[in-house]
Amino acid sequence: MKRIYLDHAATTPTDPRVVQAMIPYFSDIYGNPSSLHSFGQEARTAVETARNQIASFIMARPEEIVFTSGGAESDNAALKGIAYARREKGNHIITSAIEHHAILETCKFLEKQGFQITYIKVDPNGLVDPYDVKKAITERTILVSIMHANNEIGTIQPISEIGKIAKEAGIYFHTDAVQIFGHAPINVDELHVDLLSASAHKLYGPKGVGVLYIRKGTKFTPFLHGGDQERGRRASTHNVPGIVGFGAAVELAKEGMVQEAEKMTSLRNKLIKGILDSIEDTRLNGDPIKRLPSNANISVAYVEGESMLLYLDMEGIACSTGSACTSSSLEPSHVLTAIGLSHELAHGSLRFSLGKFTSEDEIDYVLDTLPGIIEKLRTMSPLYRKETR
Amino acid sequence: MEPYSEKVIDHIRNPRNMGSIENPDGVGKVGNTACGDIMELYIKVKDGVIIDAKFKTFGCGAAIATSSMVTELIKNKSIEEALKISNRAVAEALDGLPPIKMHCSVLAEDALKAAIEDYQKKASKNG
Repeated sequence: MKRIYLDHAATTPTDPRVVQAMIPYFSDIYGNPSSLHSFGQEARTAVETARNQIASFIMARPEEIVFTSGGAESDNAALKGIAYARREKGNHIITSAIEHHAILETCKFLEKQGFQITYIKVDPNGLVDPYDVKKAITERTILVSIMHANNEIGTIQPISEIGKIAKEAGIYFHTDAVQIFGHAPINVDELHVDLLSASAHKLYGPKGVGVLYIRKGTKFTPFLHGGDQERGRRASTHNVPGIVGFGAAVELAKEGMVQEAEKMTSLRNKLIKGILDSIEDTRLNGDPIKRLPSNANISVAYVEGESMLLYLDMEGIACSTGSACTSSSLEPSHVLTAIGLSHELAHGSLRFSLGKFTSEDEIDYVLDTLPGIIEKLRTMSPLYRKETR
Repeated sequence: MEPYSEKVIDHIRNPRNMGSIENPDGVGKVGNTACGDIMELYIKVKDGVIIDAKFKTFGCGAAIATSSMVTELIKNKSIEEALKISNRAVAEALDGLPPIKMHCSVLAEDALKAAIEDYQKKASKNG
């Protein structure tokens, strides 16, 4: 059976060129970058090359890049790192209601430690109003953290405007850029960010490696102790193959991301239009324009997301319902409820996320397959009353 | 999350007894959209025996599979026998459910109990 992967927001396949770049760093160049001998120094050179590649990609200095184990660690380190470093100054943090759980759960943890968190509401398209951030700032505010692009509905936030507000108020600004990193140009100065999270496996790099950008001069308490790697900001022996892979993935993104985005936008628009035109009582979630090129999030009335996902999977189509992290919880997605969807429509959501290898044939196959699935599930649904329509 | 058993997948792919019954002798409607699952169970009863059962479900794979399985389990059973069918029995008949989906089997049992209660209420009114 044909298999079609439309869950790139969950993870992407590692690009074969990235794998090739990584291979020497398992068994040939295996030294510990912290070692002074030649084995160590070879590995260290590879890590520093990747650091330079990533720094130049976001217009940062190499020493501002800290390698981590992934997006969740970067988010945790950013929030806790600033909270601990700045708690003499204040205990108030501003974030949004639609952040990834790596931010929201960290905020809940910090609340238990005595921090106060303001969760900014979003509009029906999932956008944060920068003015709401401005209004929420108090004398005790030490950090603003707003995600760059949402993982579920793909909405892209006005990060530069929010960053400017934080900067003018003298407050640190963090953005979780996991979903957009490697898919659109990022300039940390233009965005006025002090900290930024990213993860390699969302841009055809390997799993298990991320970065946290920390602007020079930012007061930061390390999350992991026990070694002076990463200038004392993150202990642990470097994941050398992973870091090399991240660098290689960023190099590929630099070359290809603009054309990839154009191609994906056109296929994604075809997918969205095709579904909305062929299946009644469906709606697009998220902003129609300010959204990731890869993301199509659709709510289908009268049917539940997991059953759609399973039926699509039986036809070889992989997508997700809400966030991959929430698919095993019973609560409907916090993002979809934050944009005002009813429980029924939040439960009935599908997220298709395209990748650079997605073809038009694959989109056509989805458009051919989905209506029949929805029809069958609607026939089964007690909420769907044909006679009353 | 943990995968579904082959039997669960089979019942999702080919739900048994999907639909509704005209003039049913009992209907059980349980669940709400907040928890994500809504189940409707219809039964036809003759001489104290469930001769037909059908369901409609809005819900996840486990909800569909447990609805389907419960209709199979109660067909041609007496009301007394059907009342003894627990959520565990439904789950076991499906070769188990992932732990986080066990609540779906509770919903199936609730739907069954509600349908029988509805039948008994109607029967006592008519009797």
